[in-house]
Amino acid sequence: MFKKYLKLLILVILIQFAGSALGRAGEYEQNIEIHGFLMGNFSGRINSPNSSGKEGGDLLLGEERLRLDIFGWAETIEASARVTVDLLHDAVIGEFDTDLREAYLDYTTQSFDFRLGRQVITWGVGDFLFVNDVFPKDWVSFFSGRPIEYLKVGVDAFRTRYSSTSVNIEFLVIPYFEPDNIPTSKRFYLFDPFSAVVSRYEDEPKTTFENTELALRFYRRIKEFDVSAYMYRGFFRTPGMRPDNLLSPNFITRFYPDLSVYGLSAQGSALDGILSFEAGYYHSRQDENGDDPFIPNSQIRYLIGYQRQIWEDFTLGVQYYAEIMEDYSNYQSTFPNGFPIQKKYRDTFTLYIEQLIMHQTLKFSLFAFYNPVDNDYLIQPKVFYKFLDNLSATLGANIFGGDKDTTSMGQFDKNDNVFVLVRYYF
Amino acid sequence: MKKTICGFAAFIFIVSGLTLSVQAKDKESLLNAAQIIENSQLAFYYQGTDMKANVVMELIDKDGGKRVRVMTILRLDRAQGENQKYFIYFHKPGDVRRMTFMIWKYPLKDDDRWIFIPAIDLIKRIAADDKRSSFVGSDFTYEDISGRDVDSDAHTLLRSEVFQGIDSYLIQSLPLEPTEYAKRLSWIDKITFLPLKEEYYDAQEELFRVFTSDVIEKIAAGEGEDKKIFPTVTKRIMKNVKTGHRTKVIYKSVIYNIGLKDTDFSERHMRRPPRSWIR
Repeated sequence: MFKKYLKLLILVILIQFAGSALGRAGEYEQNIEIHGFLMGNFSGRINSPNSSGKEGGDLLLGEERLRLDIFGWAETIEASARVTVDLLHDAVIGEFDTDLREAYLDYTTQSFDFRLGRQVITWGVGDFLFVNDVFPKDWVSFFSGRPIEYLKVGVDAFRTRYSSTSVNIEFLVIPYFEPDNIPTSKRFYLFDPFSAVVSRYEDEPKTTFENTELALRFYRRIKEFDVSAYMYRGFFRTPGMRPDNLLSPNFITRFYPDLSVYGLSAQGSALDGILSFEAGYYHSRQDENGDDPFIPNSQIRYLIGYQRQIWEDFTLGVQYYAEIMEDYSNYQSTFPNGFPIQKKYRDTFTLYIEQLIMHQTLKFSLFAFYNPVDNDYLIQPKVFYKFLDNLSATLGANIFGGDKDTTSMGQFDKNDNVFVLVRYYF
Repeated sequence: MKKTICGFAAFIFIVSGLTLSVQAKDKESLLNAAQIIENSQLAFYYQGTDMKANVVMELIDKDGGKRVRVMTILRLDRAQGENQKYFIYFHKPGDVRRMTFMIWKYPLKDDDRWIFIPAIDLIKRIAADDKRSSFVGSDFTYEDISGRDVDSDAHTLLRSEVFQGIDSYLIQSLPLEPTEYAKRLSWIDKITFLPLKEEYYDAQEELFRVFTSDVIEKIAAGEGEDKKIFPTVTKRIMKNVKTGHRTKVIYKSVIYNIGLKDTDFSERHMRRPPRSWIR
């Protein structure tokens, strides 16, 4: 796969050189542009001995990336192509790699916008809390100090957008399944209920007609609010783990259960700030009665958010998020003993504060998650400074904690890290 | 500093000064201070029914250190003095390249503002903070970019004055609600109604901010009968005299009455601006 994209990349660069050579001859309007950045991104563990995993050195993250963002467009029709690729060196494992972020073709008509290829899609109105954003996330990036944009992973899809004054529609067909990138014990300390079982099988949905994911969004402005309705048919992107035998397991299968999501969101100006609301029903289609302990039960999820500028360049944001499990009694009665059981109702508070100073070249910010039922948290403080228009640095930390090491944030308690990120744009 | 007239020859039209100055005399006798400010706002913020310009904004600190923002701005007015829609596409610097910013401005209530973040393909509402806060870190406030409601200040015509060779009104404006300035003095061209200079004084009566219109061009739109001339400030500077920081804004390739539609200021165009807008 990557070889194919590398070839494409080389081709595009050649076209660029040819274009600029011709451009000098004055006969050719150059219609390709290349931008990108150079980035160094390092994250060191601060409070624990090294993880026992293979990649558990002092560095949680140590990489240099060269981002190339290549964009070309047609002159006579509204068509364009973009390839965004990172060439990276991972110092933790000592390897070079490529990370294809986006590679798509765009075509626009009077009312339709088509996009074919790898693309990043973001839905919903939450900040780092997702209800209707059913697209893949890279939580490893988020927990180890990569820039925020790396939380989102592209999908290989065909997207159609229809725009009109009465309603806008977005429809996605995603033939290739892409899971979330979640931390593993190779690099992170985390809770694994089957830690003694070494044999693991990954069972991803195969690329078949029936497994093609479909996502649909209707959106428009109603009064002061931007309102969306969502539908998704596909899979959970976080795997379920099923042992071959619960009492003495020999191997574990990681699998992605069927999922449908139906939801709504609204965001608009209210109470001197921005008010956001989002809700969704998660229909776990392979566990209709909620009695399979290895598949998440159906759920209702919702969030309410409010953001406001308190004074110049100071922003405060708060969110409340909750998940309510359906068929809780079936979950309880079938849940195996000795494993940490979840509550029916789980909620999360988040707090965001941001202050920009010195003509917006210096930014202090903090994002914090707190889960009351588990009494665990994640705090992400950051300082960002722009030395020059094209050169910036971020210093930040990820601080995890909680009562137990089996809960969603508490399990990462030993992965606290401080990270530094330097970027030069060109 | 002299009022300079420059730009492409095709856009320059020297209008007979005589007839206009006669008109100006008539107006002077009729207009009160608030009307002069209102006319000035219309001349400065509402020229044409719509507008497109490439804008270079330089933030310059007291030691001469410079940061540059390059953007394309489009504007559409619903009617003179009423709601406006703004679309801003950032070309530079690199970390904001391809970001778009849309403002639906209402004279009497908070703006609606959206930002498009291309790296994650997300359109987000952003809090419409105090209109007196800084626009993208510059010395200009949002109100300096898109206008301040005339009724927010009490205006007095102090006198007529020849300012740098131009017949001008000198107007004092005192904010009715406390804001970061306690007094503003404006020199307004009697013919074009463009502001030539503004001085902002703080509560201690000390000058802290100075605005100057450094280059004014006459930009034509339309053909034949429909041809109109729009005097336009194409270089302006806002200087904070207390910190020495200043922001220089240059408008290039200004075009009026290009036929933008209300529906152009949409989420669709934030995500994918038509090529003719941004190239």
